[in-house]
Amino acid sequence: MKPIQFTLIILIAALISGCVSAPAGHDYSGFRAADPHSILVLPPINKSTEVIAPYSVMSQMVAPIAESGFYVFPVALVDQTFKNNGLTVANDIHAVPVQKLYEIFAADAALYLTIEEYGTSYILISSDTVVSVSATLVDLKTGNVIWQGVAKASSAETRGNSGGGLVGMLVEAAVNQIIETVTDRGFDIAAITNARLLSSKMHNGLLHGPRSASYGQPATSEKQK
Amino acid sequence: MRFQNRVICVLSCATILMLGCKTTEPMYYYGNYSDAVYSYFKADETPVSQQITILEEVIAQAQGKGKPVAPGVHAHLGMLYFESGNNDQGINHFEHEKTLFPESAEYIDFLINKSS
Repeated sequence: MKPIQFTLIILIAALISGCVSAPAGHDYSGFRAADPHSILVLPPINKSTEVIAPYSVMSQMVAPIAESGFYVFPVALVDQTFKNNGLTVANDIHAVPVQKLYEIFAADAALYLTIEEYGTSYILISSDTVVSVSATLVDLKTGNVIWQGVAKASSAETRGNSGGGLVGMLVEAAVNQIIETVTDRGFDIAAITNARLLSSKMHNGLLHGPRSASYGQPATSEKQK
Repeated sequence: MRFQNRVICVLSCATILMLGCKTTEPMYYYGNYSDAVYSYFKADETPVSQQITILEEVIAQAQGKGKPVAPGVHAHLGMLYFESGNNDQGINHFEHEKTLFPESAEYIDFLINKSS
């Protein structure tokens, strides 16, 4: 076999392998019935040891939700509102009754986040920063869970195994940025994690919201069926 | 001839693959919004006045590009103005958020009532 043919086969195999492992598609019926227009991001529960993690993850939540077509409540103001009402701990905020949240914010849905992993582990030659977040979207009018997801991103990802496309470019951009600002890798990686978790362009991401040009169209994972 | 076929095959495969990479233009302009929010949360060395400047720049850049500013930018800027004692500008930007995003109206009214 000529080397060029071998290379092509490996390349094609790599591309195909990226397509096989997609998990089963979400059932979006509850999400579609609730039809939320606005999403309230609640301060995340932090299971990592990084004190900064909730701030970083919250700051990076706006773009993927807004670009999916929903109104996102201003995260810092929301955090301040809870603090002014004596709620400084995420666990306590997550325990606030949905009726109360609806009363204050008039948000259609609330996003309950848990930071599963956040931080840098140093391996022999290189270091690896991982951000992993799980999320539950709750309809504030009924208290029903209408969507759930979990996503992870790592600075060790390279162009070859990131699946290409938007995320691939994001990874590349973040990695480039990391070289310039070594101090805050987590903040950059959180942007990728959040985009994977929530973007309506992602498999099992949010539905397309009312402000999106794709509003009403099937979710990305529904199209792949 | 065989070589030509192969070239055509490779080119069409490449085209199909690249279709998957098509990125759409973002709906909103963000500029340094997420960095400004992060600075605020961390209460780092960036003074409030500088955070205000950053967000005013985001708004000006968005106008320059003819793109709508991201949800929350005006509300966050309003909060910063309130914190720096400029309540008029605070109300101004809160109202702007409401106009751009009526979804925020009830919450913004709640905040305005609290502050007055």
